[in-house]
Amino acid sequence: MIYRETGQFKTTYASDQQLFPILQDRIFVVGFLVFAFGVMPFIGSEYLFRAILVPFLILSLAAIGLNILVGYCGQVSLGTGAFMAIGAYSAYNLAVRIPDLNLIVIFLLAGMFSTIVGALFGIPSLRIKGFYLAVATLAAQFFVDWLFARVKWFTNDSSSGNVSAPPLELFGYGIDSPAQRYLFVLAFVCVFALVARNLVRGAIGRSWMATRDMDVAAEVIGIRPMMAKLSAFAVSSFIVGVAGALWAFVYLGSWEPLAFDVNRSFQLLFMVIIGGLGSILGSFLGAAFIVILPLMLNQLPGWLGIPLSTAMISHIEFMVFGALIVFFLIVEPRGLARLWAVGKEKLRLWPFPH
Amino acid sequence: MKSTMGIKGAAIALAVAGALGAVQEAAAQSASEIFVPVLVYRTGAYAPNGIPWADGYVDYLKLVNAKGGVNGVKIAFEECETGYATDRGVECYERLKSKKPVAVNPLSTGITYALTDKVAADKIVLLTTGYGRADSVDGSVFAWNFPLLGTYWSAADMLVQHVKKKGALKGKKIALVYHDSPYGKEPIKLLEERAKLEGFQLTLLPVTHPGVEQKATWLQIRQQRPDYVFLWGWGVMNSTSIKEAIAVSYPRLQMFGVWWSSAEPDVEPAEMASKGYNGIALGHSDERDFPVHKEMLGTLYEKGQGTAKDKKDVGSVLYNRGMISAMLTVEAIKQAQSKYGKRVVTGEEVRWGAENLSLDAAKIKALGFGDMVQPLKTSCDDHEGVRRGRIHTWDGKDWSYTSDWYEADMKILGPMIKTSAKAYATEKKITQRDCSKEK
Repeated sequence: MIYRETGQFKTTYASDQQLFPILQDRIFVVGFLVFAFGVMPFIGSEYLFRAILVPFLILSLAAIGLNILVGYCGQVSLGTGAFMAIGAYSAYNLAVRIPDLNLIVIFLLAGMFSTIVGALFGIPSLRIKGFYLAVATLAAQFFVDWLFARVKWFTNDSSSGNVSAPPLELFGYGIDSPAQRYLFVLAFVCVFALVARNLVRGAIGRSWMATRDMDVAAEVIGIRPMMAKLSAFAVSSFIVGVAGALWAFVYLGSWEPLAFDVNRSFQLLFMVIIGGLGSILGSFLGAAFIVILPLMLNQLPGWLGIPLSTAMISHIEFMVFGALIVFFLIVEPRGLARLWAVGKEKLRLWPFPH
Repeated sequence: MKSTMGIKGAAIALAVAGALGAVQEAAAQSASEIFVPVLVYRTGAYAPNGIPWADGYVDYLKLVNAKGGVNGVKIAFEECETGYATDRGVECYERLKSKKPVAVNPLSTGITYALTDKVAADKIVLLTTGYGRADSVDGSVFAWNFPLLGTYWSAADMLVQHVKKKGALKGKKIALVYHDSPYGKEPIKLLEERAKLEGFQLTLLPVTHPGVEQKATWLQIRQQRPDYVFLWGWGVMNSTSIKEAIAVSYPRLQMFGVWWSSAEPDVEPAEMASKGYNGIALGHSDERDFPVHKEMLGTLYEKGQGTAKDKKDVGSVLYNRGMISAMLTVEAIKQAQSKYGKRVVTGEEVRWGAENLSLDAAKIKALGFGDMVQPLKTSCDDHEGVRRGRIHTWDGKDWSYTSDWYEADMKILGPMIKTSAKAYATEKKITQRDCSKEK
């Protein structure tokens, strides 16, 4: 009844092609952005920003990057953690070796380094597919793990292999308070989500999707598989690299190669699968599911006033979390984003379904 | 119209998160108690070692409360499971921060590194008893870190002193089997320095988390036959190492663990075969008969209020260490109260307390700890307090001391600590405190 596009006529090509063609969606999105940028910084608690929103947003960004590769281009990757690590360590080296470099420039350059390595490790995708490609990207993961743990130059000869980010500063202003960090990350995520959303519905995104659906057919209709696959690897690694730099600088502050080990790659792949392959929205939903849900499960007994031992709470967290993953994959194998789309379809017919 | 809306998805997530934050803030802290967060790990690959430490830590806080608190002020505490994972540890820290904690003891060098930047801003004392950053001994840079009782540099230095006593080290081979994390890498710098001085050859053998796969590592040891193996492991890695040593028949007598690699959970899985395995003890071993143990059993365990599953755990190596860690936290609070009044003290006041700790042998004895803790005195220059230890050896059933006391050589450690701390200060743009002006 409320959510219906009746009477909204598209009279120009521009209005037909805009990002959110339905007026209600536009109002919602604008309202939401105003809330996220204008209201949230004033009402959120420190815990909310530091421990929930910042990691959630950064991992959403990484999931968007991975989704471009896996969801849109169909190239399975287990090397996301490695590309995040490259972003993080290039940002660290840039910051340490070239002082006074602008933070945004550092992050974008970190993304560039990740792009180069990503495209390099994407080359095998021209010959191999599916599980075999997954194993090839796994090689990237282990190589990068080894590189940053063993080659001391990258960690600036730190004795423990642990490096820490310099104080965050942008145009002379420190980014110290939790709300500032949140806004900084939010701005990055919004810009990249917008870029990604527009990329995937443009010519390049269509070439990715054609490659994903059937690479021979895509080649027949004139899409160059090399360009499509390598560009997907490049764009994906860029976004993942920036996310890695943000994760290290804004969230962790001090990190070791273990922060970007193979478990991180799996975690991101699960986010994309549970959230929805080939969906920007799904990346956010998946990240929320993987990042926020375990924390809530962990704290739920406390809120309900049920006295349980720490170990028991932890075991319950794992069990319920695992059960929920199975549940959602059975109910909707195409991910949470698909559930959302189904809900919207229903809402358009409500209250008079056929 | 089926377009997927990324930003809309974030809306839901944010709304959920918003609700979460609201609940968080509702948990207010009672103003008449001092809050101490307890970051522990009772699950995962490190649980065998994490549990006894956590039990000892919590039991001691319970005991203090049962005896009326610290000068009449009760200690409130809450456990949070970190699983030895740095990101979960940071989350725990942030979660419990709203309750105005005064001191935190995360029992993980990785988490310590992550928290070092945060504690100064949040004004919470970071006590790392027997672990943490070695360079944080320098209080002029690391005002909020307290690696009390001993750092890994001290541990490595004492182990080198011990093996040196058995014969000159020139031309000898020492292998370091270490957990590939900040914890395991910490001693490398000191060992490299010592290798230069003594002329021994150092082989570094990293083991990746969680450490159950060490076949390749021990194959290397079998080939190279080092004269000594130093073990810097944690959790299941320790018992795996000892089992692998048995499998390649490397003599346990030539193996020396750091104090985190020489407790019951490490040697018991291999039972009698681990006989002869040594470790540097952090001033204490598995003492069970001091007044504090009797008090613990009498006050808590007889009434069924003990944290450990079995009362025979009271007095195990890691249980004792947990107790001692809690005791040092409590003593820092007490010291703060002696200056600022017997009330609920703040993090800043406890920082002063930790920096001016002075526990002599009589005082430690009066606390019921006998000689489990060496007399310790902290200052702005020295946040470690004491750096003494001796070797204890597993005889198949029990630990017993097998060496005299060693003291880490500050002539070697001192300059290294200063250089490293200075580098940190430059990197982080910290202005060093002038320790001569602190009192």
